[in-house]
Amino acid sequence: MQWASWSAFWDMGGYGLYVWGSYGALFFLILAETFFLVRGRKRTLQRIRRMKNWEQQ
Amino acid sequence: MAFSIYKYASPMTFYGLAGKLIPWFAWGAGILTVLGLYIAFFMAPTDFQQGEAYRVIFIHVPAAWMSMFIYIIMAFWSAVGLAWNTRLSFMMSRALAPTGAVFAFLSLWTGALWGKPMWGAWWVWDARLTSSLILFFLYVGIMALWSAIDDRRRSDRAGALLILVGAINVPIIYFSVKWWNTLHQGASVSLMKSPSMASIMLIGMLVLAIAAWFYAIATALTRVRGIILERERQTEWVKELLEKI
Repeated sequence: MQWASWSAFWDMGGYGLYVWGSYGALFFLILAETFFLVRGRKRTLQRIRRMKNWEQQ
Repeated sequence: MAFSIYKYASPMTFYGLAGKLIPWFAWGAGILTVLGLYIAFFMAPTDFQQGEAYRVIFIHVPAAWMSMFIYIIMAFWSAVGLAWNTRLSFMMSRALAPTGAVFAFLSLWTGALWGKPMWGAWWVWDARLTSSLILFFLYVGIMALWSAIDDRRRSDRAGALLILVGAINVPIIYFSVKWWNTLHQGASVSLMKSPSMASIMLIGMLVLAIAAWFYAIATALTRVRGIILERERQTEWVKELLEKI
């Protein structure tokens, strides 16, 4: 174990802002993209269902 | 040959295949990310020159690689689509673009956060950084062009043409550190010589690079399924599918 404590881990030798700023952006973007993908799939299904019903009338 | 890859050029068959593959790639990406992050933070030692700041490399390099790989794959599908007018090719390049843009943005963002403590600047206009910024603008421009043209076939073709013209930028990014004097360092990892970094750091970076591949494949396949449904909604198989889900 190379970290003396959790606070040493978060501090990252004084580079915490830069390291966690990078990893934070990574996780934010992955979560955002996953969210939009799941929502996009639901919306696509709704949209084509609606168009299908409309065409059948 | 009983098994034919041409079978999967049909959107209907590919829709099913993609659906089966997505969980594997998604779980693979998740597991490899956890493993890679463990190596990055708990196994890789402190760098003797850069201290802990170097740990940005574990995202920066995989993200930069992916932003270029994804562009090359998009250029490949665009060329195939323009040459043979295959429906699925254009859909594939559309499905890849947003993920490529995410990785291009991440490479710039993490580069800035790494540049500030090491170079004293968030940004410099050197060849590597500038060409990487152009790559990000290309992704955004391509997506804007697609959505600006209503006619689907024209939109596909215009996008494919822009992608192919922009492909010249990828070798420029790659070789920029050789061709010009850049503040950005040269390649630490190349196929020609042994890598100039500690092997556990390299392993962590490669694990996260494979995780990024899996992630990109999972997101692109999910997106292409949506595009297939939308474009094939008049067909019988989509109508039947909608009854089931």
